This record gives sequence, structure tokens and C-alpha cells, in this order.
Amino acid sequence: MLEIIVPLLSATVQSGTPILYATLGEMMTEKGGVLNLGVEGILSFSALAAFVTSFLTGSPALGFLMGGFAGLLLASIHAFVCISCLGNQVVSGLALTILGLGLTRFLGTPYIGLPCEGFDKFAFPLLSQIPAIGDIFFRQDALVYVSYVIPVLFWFFFKRTSLGMAMEAVGEYPAAAAAAGLKPILLRYCSVLGGGFLIGLGGAYLSLAYTNLWTNGLSGGRGWIAVALVIFAFWRPGRAVAGAYLFGGVMSFQLLLQARGTNIPSSILLALPYALTICALVFSAWRRKYSDMPAALGTNIEPEG
Amino acid sequence: MIAGFKLRKRDEPWKWGALVIFLGALLISLLVSALLLEGQGKSALNGLFILWDGSFGHGWAWEGALLKSVPIFLCSLGVAVTFRMQIWNIGAEGQFALGAIGATWMALTFPNLHWALLMPLMFGMAFLLGGLWASIPAALKLKLKVNEIISTLMLNYIAILLLDYLVFGIWKDPASYGFPMTPEFSHNAVIGGIAGSRVHWGVLLCVAVGVAFWAFMRYTRLGYELKASGQGPRVARYAGMPYGFLVMFVMCMSGGLAGWAGCVEAAATTGRLQPSLMVGYGYTAIVVAWLARLEPLNIAFASFLLAALRVGVENLQLELQIPAAFGEIMEGMILLSVLAGQFFLTYKLERRKQSD
Repeated sequence: MLEIIVPLLSATVQSGTPILYATLGEMMTEKGGVLNLGVEGILSFSALAAFVTSFLTGSPALGFLMGGFAGLLLASIHAFVCISCLGNQVVSGLALTILGLGLTRFLGTPYIGLPCEGFDKFAFPLLSQIPAIGDIFFRQDALVYVSYVIPVLFWFFFKRTSLGMAMEAVGEYPAAAAAAGLKPILLRYCSVLGGGFLIGLGGAYLSLAYTNLWTNGLSGGRGWIAVALVIFAFWRPGRAVAGAYLFGGVMSFQLLLQARGTNIPSSILLALPYALTICALVFSAWRRKYSDMPAALGTNIEPEG
Repeated sequence: MIAGFKLRKRDEPWKWGALVIFLGALLISLLVSALLLEGQGKSALNGLFILWDGSFGHGWAWEGALLKSVPIFLCSLGVAVTFRMQIWNIGAEGQFALGAIGATWMALTFPNLHWALLMPLMFGMAFLLGGLWASIPAALKLKLKVNEIISTLMLNYIAILLLDYLVFGIWKDPASYGFPMTPEFSHNAVIGGIAGSRVHWGVLLCVAVGVAFWAFMRYTRLGYELKASGQGPRVARYAGMPYGFLVMFVMCMSGGLAGWAGCVEAAATTGRLQPSLMVGYGYTAIVVAWLARLEPLNIAFASFLLAALRVGVENLQLELQIPAAFGEIMEGMILLSVLAGQFFLTYKLERRKQSD
């Protein structure tokens, strides 16, 4: 039994990682009060940016960074449209997804099927020696190890630093934050751009560690799952980790079943994560009162004059 | 904001504002497209000419645009009403798939039925399945306050996989050499061309639906209530309107119309069910609804325009080997620019006076 479960859980961590980056990125955006439905587009575009960088320079680390910056770049469009121009956040996010997916397919076509330098798995010193746990969590690639630290930093940033707390205040009550001398517009830009950067890192994971190969449709709905997971996680990073691994688990389980050749048609297996997303939303709706949803989420800050 | 200028709220609405902003958005997206073409090592001017030529330059282009605007119009009309009520139905794509599945189901079950009986069955089932598919997120929203943006989107993925399941599985044509497609519909189940042209009767259906829709919104009590509850749930509840019923009704109607779009595409364009039916009309419909500012008559124009853009991009693909995703980039750019530009409908930049 252990021979099946340990590799399955190890694969779970791997497929949960890009979702985790994207979920935390969207959570950061929403903490500042801005809903960004462009995650799917950002994820896909940053995966391409990371791939192309690594393909051209041979440096996956540079690719990882470029993935983040590509995410930041697309998010800045959303920030400009919603924060400076008071555009509708829902529609702007949807438009961003259409744009991001279009750009990816347009610019990525020449690279289809080509491999790039990616991140290899390696055993983390000492910790990989722990039975079972070591195999599951500490025989992964560097980006997975980075993803273990990020939720902690995320928590620290919002609970212990003044910038994080100011951001959260703007997501709760922008007018009060402004009255207290904070700069709501600037802070919102920070949360959208920072969130975009994190989402971009998730995209980079897809092309640099998950596949090492360029194909179309790499994001495959993970962006939307991340948006749903923010709700499921009640805007708390700890629960985001649990949610991301839950979905990573379903995705790996579904792949395992397909590889073992069950009688269940593959389309039904492929539909599992999407059906589960709806279930996760139903579950979080039912326990809604425990949620830390930012009060000003989705509303724009009207300028004076 | 910008040095030397300050923002001021407009005292009166900017009369031609919406049009100016739309044209400006078009210009921006054309500029971006030109840059992308240059980036691919193609002549931008030549590319834009081919795009124009493919969209409006020929009789066949107009015909193609008219054909593609049928499903976009049907999807967008329904989606726009839900948006008016501040319900976000992003699921037209999935409801379209369910409509195509419903129509195919009838067409394959009763291939020998006279078309006058079979057509209503196909359209009826398409409307029913599309509406049912949309009623799931509506019910989840009303009963449990589940966010409908994500549930409708997830149902899109599930619907497309359901379609795949059917065409790869139980409905697969044994004579298709392994290609995932159903057998061709019998001629009773095919919507023919008008007077032997490429333009099929689905175009007339659009006109009928458009007029019926307009009359419904204008002359019925339900239509009036829908318009009034566009101000949001609170307004509707204060006015004593059955908000829950209205949401359910609008979502089912929206899903049904998208289902009809799927039915028309299966019965007129491909004559069978196959995965290539799903080309993202449901997503374009969202762009159209918003560009048209949710007004039915504008939706007709915007559908035609974006359908023409799709035809133009096909031409570009044929002549310059530009990927079809070019159209998505333009759609996204136009919509983002319009959203940003709408700022100037409420505000204007004024030169700061010396005294300030």
C-alpha cells in the first residue's frame, strides 16, 4: 500500500505547488480589495514567459523570475483599469484572461513541443531522510521548497509588517484607511502587482518544473481553481496550503487512475477537479461565517472632485 | 493624476462619449495588433489590410460574419440580461455545449421524423438542457450563496468534457475512422441555406428572437421587473419583486438561448456533433455584451463586428500563418480599453488654473 501512497502524495505536492502560488497571489490581490479574475490568463502567459527565458538563456532560475515579472506585467493592466480608471473588476479580470490566453497561444506557437532547461528534483539534506515524510516533501525541486516558505512569509507580511497591515486595511475600509493617512491607491497597486508576481511564479512552475516542455493549455483551469480556493481558504494562507494540496491530490489521483487504465472514461476523470471546485465552494458557503473576506472586495475607490 | 490637470466629475453626460471611447479602444487594439505583427516579422500595414479585407472586403466576408454572429448574438443576449441583474453568467460556453448535445440527441434518436416535427424537438431539447445547465449555478447561488462566476465557469469545463465523452464514446460514428464525431444528421435535422446560399435560416431566428426579446422587455410585467431589478437585489426586494424567481428565470432563459446557439451550430454549420464546435463563442458573447453596454440593439451590431473580426483573423491565418489566437488578443484589448475609457464618461480632466 505504501508503495502507491507515498508516490501519490509526492505527486500531490508537485501538482499542488502551482495552485498554491496562484492561490496566494490571488489572496494577496483580494486582501487589498481588488478581485482579479485574470489568474487563468496570467498563469498561462507567465508560464510562456518563464519557458522562453529558460529556453533562450538556459537558466531556469532566470525563467522563474521572468515568470513572476510577466505576471506582474499583466496584473498591472488590471490594476490600471480597475484602480486608476474605476473599471469593473469582474469584467476587467475576464478580459485579462482572454488577453492572456490569446497572447500565450499567439506567441507560444513556435515553441510547441520544444524542451527547456527546468528544475530537477533533489533530496533535501537531512530532512529527506525522514521516512515517508522525506519522500513526500523533501525529494522535490527547488521551487517546491520555496513554496513551503512563502505561506509563512505571507502570513508574517499581513500580520506583522506595517505595509501588510496597511494593505489589509485598504481592503477592509479604504475611506478609513485614507483618513488614517494611508495611500489607498498606492497600496492597492502594491497588492495587485505583488499578487500578480506570485501568480506568475505559479505559472513559471508549470512550464519549468511540471513539464519542461512547451504545450498549449498548460494552465488548464488551474487559475479558476485558485480563485475558488481563495474563497475556500477564507482568505487565510494556512487553509490555502491545505486547499492547494487537496486539488493537487485530486489531479494526481486522476492521472494515476488514467495511467493504470481503469474503465472510467478519461473525460469523467478529467472533470473531477472542476466538479470538486464547485463542491469546495458549496462547502465554504456553508461555513461562511468563519471567513475573513475583505469587506471592500470588488468595490473601487472613487476619486474626489 | 497628471501634472497640470485635475479630475472633475462631469455635470452632464458626454453625448458622444461611448462612441468615441469605443473607436479609441478599437484604435488601441489595432496598434497593439500592428506591434504584434511587426514582432512576428510580418508587415503590420499589410497584415491590417488583410484583416480588413477578410472582415469587410468581400461578399463572402460579410456572409461569414453574418453566420458567426448568429451564435454570438444568441449567447450575448441572454448573458447581457443576467449582467444587468448583476448576476455573472460566465457559462454561455457550457450552456452552448449542452444545447448542441440536446439537439444532437434528438437528431440521432428521431432521424426519420419530418423536419417540421424534428426541428421543434431539437430546439426544445437544446433550450431545456442549456437552461437546466444554467439553473445549477442559479440554484446554488440562491440557496447557498455560492459564487456564480466560478460555478458557471467550472460547468463550462465539465460541459465540454461531457461533449468529448459523448463523441469519443457512445455517440461516435463507427464510420469516422476513429475521429471523434457523431454520424451526420439526417436531412430532416439539418438547417438549410436560404435560397441555396451559405446563409442559413438561423439568421432569421436571430431576428425573431431579437424582436421577441425587445417586446418582452418592453411590454410584459416580467420584463419590466427584470429591468427594475437590474439595480440589484436590494432594490428588487424593496419593490416587492420575487428576486429569487427572477434570477432563476433569467439564468434559465440565458442558458436556453445559449443552448439554441449550440443547436444552430450543430444543425446548420457542422451537421453533426464534434469537438470543433466549441470555438469560444460563449466567451466572445461576454465581450460583446459589455461592448454593447448590455443594450439589445447594440448587441446585434457588436456581435456582427466581433464575428467579422473572427472572419478577418481567419483570413490572416490563411494568408500570413498568424495563429487564430490573434482574435482573442484583439477582443481582450478592446474590452480592457473600453473599460479604462469609460472613466471619462463620468470624469473629465481639466487644466488646472493658476489660482488652484
